Amino acid sequence: MSRVVASLLLCAVCILLALLRKYRTHVVSNPALKYSYYPALILLAALGINYLLTALGANKVYTFQQAVYGLSLGSVYALIALGYTMVYGIIRLINFAHGDIYMVGAYAGYYAVTVMHLPFVPALVIAMVASSVLGVLIERIAYKPLRNSPRITLLITAIGMSLLLENVGQKLFTSTPRTYPTIFKASYEVFGVSVDQSRIIIFAVTVLLMIGLQYFVNYTKPGMAMRALSQDRDAARLMGINVDRVISVTFAVGSALAGAAGILVGIVYPQIKPTMGIMPGLKAFVAAVIGGIGIIPGAMLGGMIIGVSENFVTAYISSSWRDAIAFGLLILILLVKPSGLLGKSVREKV
Amino acid sequence: MLRIEDLHVYYGGIHALKGINLTVAQSQIVALIGANGAGKSTTLNSICGIVRVESGTIEFLGKNITNVPSHHIVSMGLSQVPEGRKVFPAMTVNENLLMGAYSRRDRAGVREDLERVFALFPRLKERRNQTAGTLSGGEQQMLAIGRGLMSRPKLLLLDEPSMGLAPLLVQEIFRIIKEINGQGTTILLVEQNANMALSIADYGYVLETGKTVIQGPARDLAQNEDVRAAYLGG
Repeated sequence: MSRVVASLLLCAVCILLALLRKYRTHVVSNPALKYSYYPALILLAALGINYLLTALGANKVYTFQQAVYGLSLGSVYALIALGYTMVYGIIRLINFAHGDIYMVGAYAGYYAVTVMHLPFVPALVIAMVASSVLGVLIERIAYKPLRNSPRITLLITAIGMSLLLENVGQKLFTSTPRTYPTIFKASYEVFGVSVDQSRIIIFAVTVLLMIGLQYFVNYTKPGMAMRALSQDRDAARLMGINVDRVISVTFAVGSALAGAAGILVGIVYPQIKPTMGIMPGLKAFVAAVIGGIGIIPGAMLGGMIIGVSENFVTAYISSSWRDAIAFGLLILILLVKPSGLLGKSVREKV
Repeated sequence: MLRIEDLHVYYGGIHALKGINLTVAQSQIVALIGANGAGKSTTLNSICGIVRVESGTIEFLGKNITNVPSHHIVSMGLSQVPEGRKVFPAMTVNENLLMGAYSRRDRAGVREDLERVFALFPRLKERRNQTAGTLSGGEQQMLAIGRGLMSRPKLLLLDEPSMGLAPLLVQEIFRIIKEINGQGTTILLVEQNANMALSIADYGYVLETGKTVIQGPARDLAQNEDVRAAYLGG
């Protein structure tokens, strides 16, 4: 029993150290520790989990298997959540049509693979471009004319846009589910755990896209303009930033990520249908809120947390609790830290 | 350099500017003084294209810039240091300054101006990798002015640079404004601290409820009985 408590404590300390800003800045300001801080914490937490599993006498292979499943599902949530969080950061709108953009991405990928017989990478690009164009069009047609309306008007428009896309989708693609052909068949054995190639692809593509996004947001001119706009719109305009263009870029990038999620989900969970965007869209929104809405790393973290916990609940409790866990976590976070895991309450200096 | 004629601006049903007339000549410092709500900031914001102008004309370097979108204004050589500093709090000092140069494409020139700003404000150089939200009020004001200079403006609009600063810092900021002007940048200065503003300005305008009511050389305004009674504390 004491082993269980000790290992739980170890994990808790790791999580706290990773999340608490005060201690993090204190340690990370030390140049020697700067780049070893997070890897060291992850290693420590892994040791703690390993110890815990031993103490509980759990089946480690099965647990690890579930973690792998969870991370690939989490990748999909994270990619969708990024679009929610970026759009919210710029125009304070919860774009409820975002889940349906992900659906369109899945179909674009499906047709690229089946009708056009394209390999995976070009199909991924097509899915991203199609979603991106759709996202920008939606913003131009539906949201832009409402730029100066009350926020509730915009929110209701977004819900309407979501319903429109779902229904047009049913007309266009029919409501019969389509099945993605198997693109990646291989499976590898790692320490007795079988890891499908498709899940590695999901995870790898997601990580690459996130690194690309971080670079875009932090080091490129349009990315910096996005951050500036999200922090102070009037000041951004005074810098000569074209607000309309930056908003379009934000929708383009966010929707492209959702499109990528659409095709990635198709290679692991091959059934796609026009209403497939509703639940993942909602959960990705929850993920964005859990991580701290408007904060890009928060969306990544939130997505992974939802994906992994969903899988563990399915594996160890019951699959009927699958959807409840996401919303349960949401309620918990809103009670404990309403600004989200990585959110901070910004103080204004006068 | 800048000429404003009979400028009218409405906020909804409120008639905020009721005919502003104002001229700024090359290499001058012009002060715009007046009480809260007189329309000082609105005037600056309509020059920058942030506020929609109902009627009247704004001319800059001979071009009509009335209701030109704000993102075209900066590249014409006009930039504003807004009231309340409005630095980007989660971006570093360096990034804030680079945002000031957003409309420019000449990298070498930008790097040059970055050094020029750091020479003007050594404190900013020390803190170049700190996020702007962690700076003190005075440092944020320096950053806001430095950011305004990064677009290499011909005319710099300054909105209440002394607001909320300790008297010593206010003097420091005004000394720097004078220095910037000496380096060849024309300045339009909006201030509630009329004493300070008139002490460095060449020419001044007094705004009252959306109208320019008194104007004249800064020295004369500082002596004017009405101005002294209303804005200079007797």
